[in-house]
Formats: sequence, structure tokens, C-alpha cells
Amino acid sequence: MGFFKKLKDKINDQTEQVTNKFKTGMTKTRDNFTSKVNDLVARYRTVDEEFFEELEEILISADVGVETVMELIEELEMEVKRRNIKDTEQVKEVISEKLVEIYYGDDEESIEELSLNEDGLSVVLIVGVNGVGKTTTIGKLAYQLKQEGKKVVLAAGDTFRAGAIEQLEVWGERTGVDVIKHSEGADPAAVIYDGIQAAKSRGADVLLCDTAGRLQNKVNLMKELSKVKNVISREIEGAPHETLLVLDATTGQNAMAQAKTFKEATDVSGIVLTKLDGTARGGIVLAIRNEMGLPVKFVGLGEQMTDLQRFNAHQFVYGLFGDLVDDGVEE
Amino acid sequence: MAFEGLADRLQNTIKKITGKGKVSEQDVKEMTREVRLALLEADVNFKVVKDLIKRIKERAIGQEVLESLTPGQQVIKVVKEELAELMGGEQSKIAVANKPPTVIMMVGLQGAGKTTTTGKLANLLRKKHNRNPMLVAADVYRPAAINQLETLGSQLDLPVFSLGTEANPVDIANQAIEKAKEEHHDYVIIDTAGRLHIDENLMGELQEIKQSVNPDEVFLVVDSMTGQDAVNVAESFDEQLDVTGVVLTKLDGDTRGGAALSIRAVTGKPIKFAGMGEKLDQLEAFHPERMASRILGMGDVLSLIEKAETQVDEKKAKEMEEKIKSMSFTFEDFLEQMDQVKNMGPLDELINMMPGANKMKGMKNLQVDDKQLSHVEAIIQSMTQQERVEPSVINASRKKRIAKGSGTSVSQVNRLLKQFEEMKKMMKQMTSPKKGKKRGMNFPFM
Ligand SMILES: Nc1nc2c(ncn2[C@@H]2O[C@H](COP(=O)(O)OP(=O)(O)O)[C@@H](O)[C@H]2O)c(=O)[nH]1
Ligand SMILES: [Mg+2]
Repeated sequence: MGFFKKLKDKINDQTEQVTNKFKTGMTKTRDNFTSKVNDLVARYRTVDEEFFEELEEILISADVGVETVMELIEELEMEVKRRNIKDTEQVKEVISEKLVEIYYGDDEESIEELSLNEDGLSVVLIVGVNGVGKTTTIGKLAYQLKQEGKKVVLAAGDTFRAGAIEQLEVWGERTGVDVIKHSEGADPAAVIYDGIQAAKSRGADVLLCDTAGRLQNKVNLMKELSKVKNVISREIEGAPHETLLVLDATTGQNAMAQAKTFKEATDVSGIVLTKLDGTARGGIVLAIRNEMGLPVKFVGLGEQMTDLQRFNAHQFVYGLFGDLVDDGVEE
Repeated sequence: MAFEGLADRLQNTIKKITGKGKVSEQDVKEMTREVRLALLEADVNFKVVKDLIKRIKERAIGQEVLESLTPGQQVIKVVKEELAELMGGEQSKIAVANKPPTVIMMVGLQGAGKTTTTGKLANLLRKKHNRNPMLVAADVYRPAAINQLETLGSQLDLPVFSLGTEANPVDIANQAIEKAKEEHHDYVIIDTAGRLHIDENLMGELQEIKQSVNPDEVFLVVDSMTGQDAVNVAESFDEQLDVTGVVLTKLDGDTRGGAALSIRAVTGKPIKFAGMGEKLDQLEAFHPERMASRILGMGDVLSLIEKAETQVDEKKAKEMEEKIKSMSFTFEDFLEQMDQVKNMGPLDELINMMPGANKMKGMKNLQVDDKQLSHVEAIIQSMTQQERVEPSVINASRKKRIAKGSGTSVSQVNRLLKQFEEMKKMMKQMTSPKKGKKRGMNFPFM
């Protein structure tokens, strides 16, 4: 089965609705990228040095990262030689194939689900730098989990930023979910502790813990986060069941440093890539997945509570290559 | 830091071509390749990088190498000049309207830091410029955004104008200005909701506010961690709102901050302020020079080169190097170098400027900032001759005396003593033969 056929099938597996949502959210991104690649293809009949140079630029402009891009181009060049590809049309297929390959590395392709405790309370800790969309993601997750019939409780662990507790409370109201809070300036570990007790006594299925944004080079703040995580582990065996690092798709190469440091401090289990409804493409997650094995579990596509989607590498690539994929299948 | 700075990157090339009199085309090619990578890794937009590299190449080829510089440093010098040109000079002035109140509008993407920056600006205006600002909560979309600004207002003890979340942001802005006139506020800072530059409705709303209140400043707030997309964001906001200045936030992080260059290149607008922390007094004037160094990841290697052009005294450098090697470098020598040290910037940066230094353990602990330098000087000046040469004699009572004499504390004295020891150790490692000779920049004080 050709790669594009496979990709198309995978995408068809998704409900129409999800794909459409994804497509609308990513229209800008896709158009932009696709038109660039199509442009490229139109301008270059043959696959030569110049072609690769332009391709390199397209990928760099998607924040894929210069190192990854150069490795990719090198592999592509080899592959093109090996398969004796002369036509730029054909090389498109290889490009997307390789991109998906970078993402998965040697692992089996799969859609990452939240790994929650099926019976009993699951705790999800949300971490990340300032302003990436942690609190909003919690609102969206609460909505989604509730839709799935789960009882959800939120813990207002951002006791630092002005108005952060109120912000989470608004999300609590919107989604009809209880919020456990202390006052501003309180010890976040204490809030989370209370959140766990409350979630237990209320028989909740999932506790979503908000935390204050912090830059990963602030040693003390990272220690504070480790402490929060330890409180959770101490209270419930195997918890937190998920520690999600929220990354802003607009962020450049610093996202890698964020992933590394937050993983060290809190043993991050997955990534939420937000703001993909803009023009930024978040290409750095390829390298993060590749280097650190951290999968993207969700993508944020807007500010509404329905704007959270499962991440799927094929869809991600589809978002970048959309029209090309369709062309590829028709052939 | 995950990235290699340019200085590290250029080490090999520099070594290879040390001693040549002229920069050849091949040298330049090799080096600009590294420059390109460094800039891209720092998130400078690829188009901006392309233009820069082109200019650097044109300028660097065939240049005579200055006496005191290696060809590598020569190229860095050209890079520096090009970056400095692009970054422009320091510009942290805020407009003053002929007829008060002066109106400032804050705009930007979601999560960039607009609200916090609004609070910081107000604080700056009051503290530094003796103004009486009023804050306006025009973000009616993000949950509790108004609340956030109100909390900042009460922390600063400054009034916040709001009409709740049901009102129209244009009305809010208009009414706020009326109110400010009544209450004799000389500045009005309007905090608007974060929005995508491609959101036509919301961008239209900003244009309406702008037309209606005719602001004296429109500040675009940009997260310094922004990647390649910075050009799209900045260009789009600028086209639609004709921004007057940029505030770069979260610069207390460890991002290289290449977005700064991208923004300058596409808008030509000055970056006026830098957000350096979450506290309300952590807004600083933006230093284009420092930013250029930071983007290249080479601490103050650039200003070092400037120094090299004017005042590297090879003989003295040799002397000093010998002293360090034999571990006889003393506070006396330190003090002698103080003026230069002060001119060269923070000590930790000075150490960072040394190629390879940021890879060494223990560098993190060496933190002496600008302000502390004067303390350092005072402490050393309060030492006796013997103490300066032989710091091991400084016992508790001597420390007390030194602290008193210098107007510092014993713990500050302790810190300096400790750092001095660490630094000596480090410098010894740096100058040990296996690290290779790096002419002209072997240690921090030269
Ligand atoms: N366009 C867009 N905006 C988002 C998304 N996720 C969050 N935001 C916005 O980003 C800003 C910061 O989000 P917030 O949740 O407060 O970030 P936190 O500081 O990490 O908790 C808010 O204005 C959110 O509405 C997204 O996926 N797309
Ligand atoms: Mg938050």
C-alpha cells in the first residue's frame, strides 16, 4: 500500500467531524505550507540542490529546527538517489514519509491516549512556561472528560499569577466542574493535596491540577514543581497518571529546552501543543518526540472548550501537506 | 544551554586560520555557514538570516585582519556590526501627548504577557517618570483577565477602569479616556485581549479602538521565545495597527531571542522594553547590543573584540596569564582590572564569553551582576594589602571589618571570596595547555 493511500485511510478512520475541525483549525497553516510546497514543485522540474535548499527553508520556517532539517534533507537526498527519483512530484511522498518517521522513530505508530486509571482516581498534572495555555487546556480537558461521562475536579495550583484562580473558576463554571482552591499566594503543594483529598471524597474519576507558569531556568520554581509532583505521588500510588507539558506552537527552539527541563523536574509523560490555529506550525515537536520520546497527546486549536483534539502524527503531517496528500492518492 | 554559541561554533575555524593576514573567501564561507546555523538555532527568521549572511559575506571577504584580531574574530566583528545596524540604538522613551492623557495601547498574541506588561509599564511611569497612570481592562474575552488587571492595579495602588465582560472594548476604551480626563490621569494604558494576527474580526476591533482613541503609543508585546512565526506576527500587527514600539517579554528565560532580530527586520520599529521577570518592577530598557550578543550566544565576546581593537596589551596579558597559571593572581590584580571589568559588563557574562566556558561545570555559581560590581570594588578596597594578596588570612573578624568598611555584609564578603577562589580555579583550567591557545581572549579580564 502506498504511503499516501495509507495516510488517507488513517485519516478516514477518524470521524469526519474531527478531521474537519482539525482542517478548519489548521487551514491557514496548511494553505501556507501547501502553497509553498506546491510552489516549489511547480518551479522545479527536477530534484536538484536548489530544490533541497528551498525545502530546507520551508521546514525551518515551520520551526522544525535546523539540525533536524539538515538530517532530514541528507536522508532525503540519499533516498532520492537510491530510488532514482528525478521528479519533484514523487519526492513529495518521500518527504512526508520521512517526516512521520522522524516523529515516531523506531516506535510503532499509534495515537496517544491519556493513560488514566480505569477504576479509582486519576491525577493529571499540567505544567509549562508562562502563557502557553495551561489553564485553558485544563478547561478543554475538563469538558472533554466530562463528555466521556467522567467526574472531574480541578485544583487551582496557580496561586501566583494575579487572577489565575478566578480564571480556573470560570472554566469550572463553564464546564460544570468543581474547583478546589486556596487564596492567592498559598502553597501550591497544599492546594494540590487538598484537591486530591476532595477528589477522593467526592468520588471523582479525574483530578486536573493547574500550576503556575514558570520559565524552565528558574531553579527554585522547578523545585517547587517537583515538590508538587511528589505530593501527588505520595498520596496516590502511580500518580500523577499523566504529567502534560503544554507547549505553545509559536515557540521556537526553546521548546526543546522546556521539554528537557520539565521532564527532568516532573517526569513529563506527554505534550499538549497549543495555538495551532495561528500561523505557527510547532515543528519542534518532531525533534522533541524524536530525541526524548515525548509524544504529543493533544493539540489546541482555539480558545473555546471544544478546541482540543487528539494529536495524530498523520493528521499533523496532513495539516501540513493536505492538498499534496489528496493529489498523491488520485494518482 | 542546549545551543552552542557562535563563539564555540567558530572555535575550530578560528583555530585553523589563525595567523593569516587576510580573510579569504573560503574562510568567510566556512564561517558564515556557522553564523547561519547559530542564527537559525537562535530562532532568527530564515529570510532575515539570508539577507544578513549575504551582507556579511560581501563585507568580510578580503578584509585586512586587525593586528589584535584573528580572522575569526574579524568575521565576528563584521557580524556584530551588521547585527548592531539591524538592531538600532537604545530607545526606551515613551511618548508624551501635547494634551494629556497620553494613551498607550497594548496589543499582541495570546499569552505574550500584555497584562503583566501593562502593570509594569504603569509602575515604571509612576516610579521613574512621576506620572499618574490609569489602567484600562479591555480584555473582555479571556476568563478573569479583568480580574488579573484589577489585582495588579490594587498591588500597585493604581485605578483600573473596567465595564465588565459584557461591554464592547471600543466603548470601554472611550469611556476610560473620559474618566481619565476627569480624574486628571496623565497616562492611560489600555490592556487588550490577546488575539491571532489572522483573526480578522478581532484585528478589526483593535483598529476600531485605535481609530477611536487615537493612541500616542501602540506597543506590540511579543514573547521572546517566539520562533520563525515572529515575522508574520510582527508584520501583520504592524501593517494593521502601525505599532510604535515593541516590548519583548520573558527575557529572563534562557531563549536566545532571535525573534528580536526578526521583528526589527520586518517592522523597523524599536524594541523599547524587555520584560525580565514576573514582578512588576521587572521591566527594563531594551539593550540592542546585549541582545545581539545573546542571540549569537557569546556573552560579551563582541564588546571584547571592541576592546581588543583599542587596548589589548599583549605584554600585560601575558603577565596576567602567567600569574593565573601559577595561581598567584590576587585581589590586587583583580582591582587593577576593575575598570576594564566594569566596562566589559557582568562577570558571569565575561566568563561566558570565553569559548567553551559555558560547557564547564560551576560556571552557574559565578554570578556577579553589574550592580554588585561596585560592591566588589568596595570590598576589595577595604582589604589590607596582605589580605588582597593572601586572602586565606581573612578570618571572621577581618570579614566583619571588611564588610563594615565597604558598607556591605559579611555574607557578601564571603561570597566574593568564594567566587574569587572558584574563578581562579576556572581560569587555571581555561589556560591549561590542553585547551589550546586562544590568542587574545584567554581569560576574563582582558
Ligand atoms: N488561539 C489560541 N489561543 C489559546 C489556545 N490555548 C490557550 N490560548 C490563549 O492563550 C492565553 C493564555 O492561556 P492560559 O491558559 O491563561 O495560559 P497559562 O498561563 O499557561 O495558564 C489565553 O488568552 C488563552 O485564551 C489555543 O489553542 N489557541
Ligand atoms: Mg494559568
